Amino acid sequence: MDDKIMSGCGLSGILNKKGKRFSGKDIIQSIALMHDRSNGLGGGFAAYGIYPEHKEYYALHLFYDHQKARNKVENTLEKYFSIKQREEIPTRKVKNISNQPLIWRYFVKPDPNQLESRELTEEEYVVEQVMNVNENIAGAYIFSSGKNMGVFKGVGYPEDIADFFMLEDYEAYLWTAHGRFPTNTPGWWGGAHPFTLLDWSIVHNGEISSYGANKRYIEMHGYKCTMMTDTEVITYLFDLLIRKHKLPIEAVIQAIASPLWSEIERMEPQAQNIAKTIRTVYGSCLLNGPFSIILGHSQGFIALNDRIKLRPLVVAEDEERMYVASEESAIREVCPEPDKIWTPRGGEAVIAQLENAGKGVV
Amino acid sequence: MSLSLKNPEFLIERNYDRCINCQVCERQCANDSHYYDEEMDKMLSKDENCVNCQRCVTLCPANALSIRQYPLEYRKNSNWTGEMINNIYKQAESGGVLLTGMGNPTPKKIYWDHILLNASQVTNPSIDPLREPMELKTFLGRKPGKLEFDENGNPFPLPPQLELDTPIMFSAMSFGSISINACRSLARAATASGIMYNTGEGGLHQDLYQYKENTIVQVASGRFGVHQEYLEAGAAIEIKIGQGAKPGIGGHLPGEKVGDEVSRTRMIPLGTDALSPAPHHDIYSIEDLRQLIYALKEATDYTKPVSVKISAVHNVAAIATGIATAGADIISIDGYRGGTGAAPTLIRDNVGIPIELALAAVDERLRREGLRDQVSLVIGGTIRNSADIVKAIALGADTVYIASAALIAMGCHMCQKCYTGKCNWGIATQQPDLVKRLNPEIGEERLKNLIRGWSLEIKEMLGGMGINAIESLRGNRLMLRGIDLNERELAVLGIKHAGE
Repeated sequence: MDDKIMSGCGLSGILNKKGKRFSGKDIIQSIALMHDRSNGLGGGFAAYGIYPEHKEYYALHLFYDHQKARNKVENTLEKYFSIKQREEIPTRKVKNISNQPLIWRYFVKPDPNQLESRELTEEEYVVEQVMNVNENIAGAYIFSSGKNMGVFKGVGYPEDIADFFMLEDYEAYLWTAHGRFPTNTPGWWGGAHPFTLLDWSIVHNGEISSYGANKRYIEMHGYKCTMMTDTEVITYLFDLLIRKHKLPIEAVIQAIASPLWSEIERMEPQAQNIAKTIRTVYGSCLLNGPFSIILGHSQGFIALNDRIKLRPLVVAEDEERMYVASEESAIREVCPEPDKIWTPRGGEAVIAQLENAGKGVV
Repeated sequence: MSLSLKNPEFLIERNYDRCINCQVCERQCANDSHYYDEEMDKMLSKDENCVNCQRCVTLCPANALSIRQYPLEYRKNSNWTGEMINNIYKQAESGGVLLTGMGNPTPKKIYWDHILLNASQVTNPSIDPLREPMELKTFLGRKPGKLEFDENGNPFPLPPQLELDTPIMFSAMSFGSISINACRSLARAATASGIMYNTGEGGLHQDLYQYKENTIVQVASGRFGVHQEYLEAGAAIEIKIGQGAKPGIGGHLPGEKVGDEVSRTRMIPLGTDALSPAPHHDIYSIEDLRQLIYALKEATDYTKPVSVKISAVHNVAAIATGIATAGADIISIDGYRGGTGAAPTLIRDNVGIPIELALAAVDERLRREGLRDQVSLVIGGTIRNSADIVKAIALGADTVYIASAALIAMGCHMCQKCYTGKCNWGIATQQPDLVKRLNPEIGEERLKNLIRGWSLEIKEMLGGMGINAIESLRGNRLMLRGIDLNERELAVLGIKHAGE
């Protein structure tokens, strides 16, 4: 058993509801304002819509500790996928960023013969391969695996990480960002946020006191927790409930930030039955302890606090965009006068979606 | 009959400066340990009759009495201890099996005492149960691995569940082994506390049918008092395969305790020994168990969860998995320190394994098999305080059974003589004069207080961990650390050592 990694954090997210893509400058400016919420030991971004020319392909982002790991991974990828394109992710030299691993990306599709023989859905197949690499190939780590999206992260302040990856050159319709304040010093690039699986990405500020219960539950459902972080477990919980169990998003929210029993008692009979049943079945999914999270996906984001709001989270909206951040100042930094700005209650999810959600992205 | 070589176990000390010859002690002692000598105008004692139940000590208005271990100084010998020698004297006289009551008293390792709990500092806040909600509600019963919704957005109904306000239940104690007033106290306290009590294998007295919503009716190998009305009189049914105090053998109720009411409730003749067979004679294998589980479900129209109770034995993890796949909704495991009304001493003290290790192994195995979230896990034998409960739930239990603690709350002083039927506290007896010593209203009150006090303590400990719902503790072994445990023990418990 490894030690669990604890950390505090700042987070920010911006969605263009019309699906229009915009450069990374705003999100960098927003997260940079909350510099003091991180300590230079982790920063990262998730960007949706950045690879329109490869949007049918899974974009795998990898960290390699050495060339040997790369050779091994590429052998595996060649066996299980057809690779449309492979390249080193462009970076620039930045004063405060050092000890970077080799950073590569691959645009891939599952090998049709392999996929058929495994009798899995395409997504399950990709998840399995991602977990296989992360667990079994030493020195290699797939940190992003969605379509038309990508994660950029590393050890450093978020604004330095953005500079390093030249994120101002990318355009996305949804950005999320994270600055990390771990209480120990893992110094590993994979440990930074966002954490992803397929096109789900999570940035998270918090310390889940229920981690041990959540971890053992999710492991029972075939996930392997290799990183010992809350964020990893949260990602898997969402993946299990949304993708595998196909629960409606409201039900997922009720499982993860369940209403209190005293609130359930006051609900209308139908709502009460739903809430009670979800808690009875999914009690082990309840995230207990302080957290605020932004769950990014291809259709928008979900922002959520723990049910007694032990961590900050502010949301705003203007005509084109939805904003979410740990602090109001981080929103006003890039949108001084939003039409609406509010603080969601504990356990109350803010669901921000593209206006044409489900119809494909512009 | 030759001279008895048995020495008294206890010494009754009477302070004659205080004794007022009121004879309360004499009237209170069902074992005839005290008597008044008219010629000497003095209270005297028969030490050899004393079981150290403390009844006389507690009731003496002059505080004149104390009971001590009899200062029996056999020659020092770590192998042939005084207890071993006395047991041989007993058996050499009786030619019988050594009998005892209550749980294993031997000084074997108690793992609860080698486990420490966590609390939050800085990185996450502790939660104050005096100011914030703190939720202990627990559901027992089968759950689907995943929830499905109909076209109207309503979840498909769940199998029947027991809803507990706090993760504690009163464990099985039959009417017969304990008195009707003890049963009444348990049933009323369970109802008032929003928890369950368990009938044990002795059927259900007519007066207790009213507590149906908070009753688990037990079906054991003797099938005493089992009929359709009985099965319907509970919120759940428990098949008793084994008991922690006496794995491998059935329940024994001596004929002395089978009076009119017990005989009617159990449907056996007056004064006969009620000896449950060691196995269920319709269960010689796991597939037979499945048949009984479904027979009971059929009989009650699938309206009640069915629990299967086993004692913690070497292969408990594999057995529990089998029980889960056989269709049980709740698995109940009783550790080797669990109590009993009557058990052979050597079996109680030497058969079975500690519940802490059994629980950890069962929970882990059920998870590995992907079954843990579908079936509920209840453990007992022994839970002594609220910290034991918190540790049990963190190791993986849904809830705990308590019985010895409940008896102690009602006044039991752990003299271990339940099998004699002469319980001076009115608990483990059927003698009308003794039974009436336990007022069920007071018994209820004391049990309610215990449940309330423990629940408050559980909330305090949860809050300290930064958790405000009991489900976030369940199986959360990162909240536990071992102390004075070796690698093997830590591995079985699935916890780290303190400092790690």
